[in-house]
Amino acid sequence: MSGTTGLPEPYRAAGTSSFVDFLAALHPDRLPQPRHDASTAHLAPHGTTIVALRTADGVVMAGDRRATMGNLIAQHDIEKVFAADEYSVIGIAGTAGLAVELVRIFQVELEHYEKIEGLPLSLDGKANRLATMLRGNLGLAMQGLAVVPLFAGYDVARRTGRIFSYDVTGGRYEEHDFYAVGSGSTFARGSLKKLYRRSAETGAAVRTALEALYDAADDDSATGGPDMARGIFPVVAVADADGARILGDDEVSPMVTAMLAQRAQHPDGAVAENAGEAS
Amino acid sequence: MSVPFYVSPEQIMRDKADFARKGIARGRSVIVMQYDAGIVFVAENPSRALHKISELYDRIGFAAVGKYNEFESLRVAGVRLADMRGYSYDRSDVTGRSLANAYAQTLGTIFTETNKPFEVEIVVAEVGEAPADDQLYRLMFDGSVADEHGFVAMGGQAEPITAGLQQDWRDGMSLTEAIRLAHRMLETHAGEAQRTLAASDLEVAILDRSRPRRTFQRVNTGRLATLLASDAPQATE
Repeated sequence: MSGTTGLPEPYRAAGTSSFVDFLAALHPDRLPQPRHDASTAHLAPHGTTIVALRTADGVVMAGDRRATMGNLIAQHDIEKVFAADEYSVIGIAGTAGLAVELVRIFQVELEHYEKIEGLPLSLDGKANRLATMLRGNLGLAMQGLAVVPLFAGYDVARRTGRIFSYDVTGGRYEEHDFYAVGSGSTFARGSLKKLYRRSAETGAAVRTALEALYDAADDDSATGGPDMARGIFPVVAVADADGARILGDDEVSPMVTAMLAQRAQHPDGAVAENAGEAS
Repeated sequence: MSVPFYVSPEQIMRDKADFARKGIARGRSVIVMQYDAGIVFVAENPSRALHKISELYDRIGFAAVGKYNEFESLRVAGVRLADMRGYSYDRSDVTGRSLANAYAQTLGTIFTETNKPFEVEIVVAEVGEAPADDQLYRLMFDGSVADEHGFVAMGGQAEPITAGLQQDWRDGMSLTEAIRLAHRMLETHAGEAQRTLAASDLEVAILDRSRPRRTFQRVNTGRLATLLASDAPQATE
């Protein structure tokens, strides 16, 4: 696209409401499908743990800030959780470069549809759209450049939060309470399993998410814990009836501080109340 | 052999322009104007589904009068161009000026190269950081562009409305004042007789300068009815 030379015929043609389809027809080279092969897999930074949970109000999603490259830390403050549109959020684990591109085009896709059609996609429609886009990445995933998103949002029609997980082939699965993806997800899910309360409101659920990420960072070297020295905290996103938003550091920082103070007493986190020796 | 009857280029252009002007004047009017916190679009449009006003990009809105299928294809093209540009470069590289240029080129080409010109008139409005940075581009059926200040009225009874706005529009109106002024203009200059327009007869949207990313917002009928009610406080929104 050089300069302004009017609107070429394909732009005015009736047809798709999908930006990805339009881009694929007109400028396939601009799609986020660079020509990598397995040899680049170890050179690309990887993002690690994302957790999401349903709350009484909607959903909460949080991600740690570390990106790794083999046994090195590639970045201390990477962001892996984003607002996808007005009512949904997306977090991505896996090859960071591809993940960030996927999020960017997914955001444009949702907004483009909404502008062309005059109405936003349904939450199911958004989740399905993401599955299709992920399927396009299958070839790279087979070569070790996998991207594993976690999608969540507030369903305006059903008035509830919903979470969708994916596999590298584009399989889409709805999660009913909570889920985690990435290298530390096993530990995070174990933590969520013990701490999750379906009736929890947003504030309590954010604390649960922070605890789960802390537990993941505790046992998985690729997941980063909160960095008090640099003031780097997990990215926390919330989606409810008021819309989707990323919490500011001023909101997350006191919760992290409170959690660390409690962890100083109990390094392994919350203690079961009926375990007899609980304090 | 029959010789085609000679028609001068001037005559052809004049005929095409008359044709387009008549088509545009048959429709209902749209008013776009600046207010203290952004730009407001007011269209007489009883339909909730077929819009005359739309979002093009974060800070850019679109309004049109004339034939629906023609301006709809231009609107879709504008959204595609804006998203393509924002995706290929950066969101900040999408400007009202470049979109207005693209529309001007397209309308100009259609006007000169096809038998039937588009019967449309368009406004591309971009809300800036400050009122002085706001831009209103008015595009005619033949591709000519005007860089307007303050307000634009087009379609239907555009001339008397423009005259009315010249008298009553001023810098720094509140949203309520601006919408009421536009409402009064549409009611007064409706053609034959004065009419009453309810909130449901209007399509209203704003580009709200203070919103962080996507500034375009529709003003729904409920809120519009409150704003139009004469006893409502003249709140600045």
